[in-house]
Amino acid sequence: MNAMPGIFAAATGADSLLERWPILFRDTVAGFFPAPLQWLVGSLISILAIVAIFGGVFAALTLLERKMLGRVQNRPGPNRTGPFGLLQPIADGIKMLTKEDIVPRSADHLLHFLAPVALLAFSILTFAVIPFGRNLVPLELDAAVLYFFAAGAATELAIFMAGWASRNKFSLLAAMRALAQLISYELPLLLSFVPIIMLAGTLSMTGIIDQQAGWNFGFIPKWYIFTPWGFAAFAIFLVAALAESNRSPFDLPEAESELIAGHLTEYSGFKYALFFMAEYFGMIALSGMAITLFLGGWRAPLPFLEFIPSYLWFGAKLLGLLLLFIWIRGTFPRLRMDQLTRLAWKFLVPLALFNLGTAAFWSLTSGWSGPLQLARWGVAIALVVVPFVLLGRGLSRGVAPRTYRFA
Amino acid sequence: MTGLLIIALVTLVPAAVAMALRNVIHSALLLILSWAGIAAFYFWAGAEFLAFSQVLVYVGAISMVVLFAVLLTRHTRTDGGVAPDTLGRALAGLLIGGAVLGVLFGAVLSTPLPIGSKPAAAVTVHGLGVELMERHTIALLVVGVLLTVALLGAVVLAASDSRSGPEDAR
Repeated sequence: MNAMPGIFAAATGADSLLERWPILFRDTVAGFFPAPLQWLVGSLISILAIVAIFGGVFAALTLLERKMLGRVQNRPGPNRTGPFGLLQPIADGIKMLTKEDIVPRSADHLLHFLAPVALLAFSILTFAVIPFGRNLVPLELDAAVLYFFAAGAATELAIFMAGWASRNKFSLLAAMRALAQLISYELPLLLSFVPIIMLAGTLSMTGIIDQQAGWNFGFIPKWYIFTPWGFAAFAIFLVAALAESNRSPFDLPEAESELIAGHLTEYSGFKYALFFMAEYFGMIALSGMAITLFLGGWRAPLPFLEFIPSYLWFGAKLLGLLLLFIWIRGTFPRLRMDQLTRLAWKFLVPLALFNLGTAAFWSLTSGWSGPLQLARWGVAIALVVVPFVLLGRGLSRGVAPRTYRFA
Repeated sequence: MTGLLIIALVTLVPAAVAMALRNVIHSALLLILSWAGIAAFYFWAGAEFLAFSQVLVYVGAISMVVLFAVLLTRHTRTDGGVAPDTLGRALAGLLIGGAVLGVLFGAVLSTPLPIGSKPAAAVTVHGLGVELMERHTIALLVVGVLLTVALLGAVVLAASDSRSGPEDAR
């Protein structure tokens, strides 16, 4: 059988002990087992670490989100369980586990059960290729970016199964609505990654991070977000990622306040919690992807900060992105369905295609130096800003800005 | 070899069961499982890029087309007309199916396949891209143009001329 390539990335001696200990720990534990089993044990340890760490992150994130939304809405948020409400995730977990699991009598029982399981399984699969630290890549693949999207593509299937198996016309309609949204935003999401792959010349996550090593003028990191096309791609990615992970302002598949949670209507108890968990895992995985592709992965932002272990930098960037998502949820009103699809097809997709041209220009002019460097930046910025302004003006002509007259 | 057998089972059994089921949605979902099995076979054979593309395109996108088509055309879950209406149609179906099977078998049997124990060299994504862009540029461009034309045609067919009111927009 084919062994997974590079599943045993060896720790190099140049790194500090802080950097190497997760790999050393894994290899030491795997060393207790006979040689044919070692790869299996090593993989199991990686899987256990991912499930345990991101399960914990999920629990902490639910509390953080409720607390932050509370502060945004000028109320304290959960504060009854434990000090400052810190035990709220545990209380939530017990509640979800002990709740009655209701399955509609005419539902398709097997699919109704399989949908949340499949959704969660596929969203955990996406974690396999994300580099969490210098040596912490669970699975080193040559086509890692493609793997990420392949694993994510199956979530649409799970949502369809949930909506159809419930045997409830509202669930089915909501599932179709969710699918329309997911399919619409898959395209700008993919297109926003293409410039990165073009410029990095690789689909491997490690290769993309290696391309972002070093600093300009000694203090500006060579991360892709600090280039005109990289910034535009990141903005497109952010909008598309919010929509792909069903986050506000694109949460109308669920819209718990008016659409009774869409395809989740007939789910209760722990199955509902699984959907919830999958949504957060999806958000974390997409953030991890954004960190890898745009924010330099686990690299430190400044040269003298490199003594801090790489996985802590990854964690800090992840926390920053998640806080940004929560902030957006607390700030923006929800879009309407037609506005949602219009934004994707008429605005984000053309912008992403223009951005491809910008990236091509950037790649072709990589030899320019001196004053030509300024011209390169100017042209690239113009290539990003002019289509953005023109498209935005064209789309909102005659409609926005609206004037409201109060009687 | 056991791996290949398991993959063959995962691919063929759902396909066989899908033909026997009366519930069209179940059939469609089993068909998707079969496609995933084909992706697993590509992965087993070392064609990583092809395997992921298969999952992305078939399990992610074409499955949606199949499911939407089923939902938009069927009225109830189990009204799939399995029995043919007339003897003539049944014969025509058998004839066409048999002809397709014959052509496929003929093509497979007449293709000289290199049989040997030495494994093929692993193709990286980079190598695949160079191969596509240098030796098969024309084919790649033709396929791209074809798909774009198909997409434009679909948009033209689906677009309606009715102007939207000011409240509908944006």
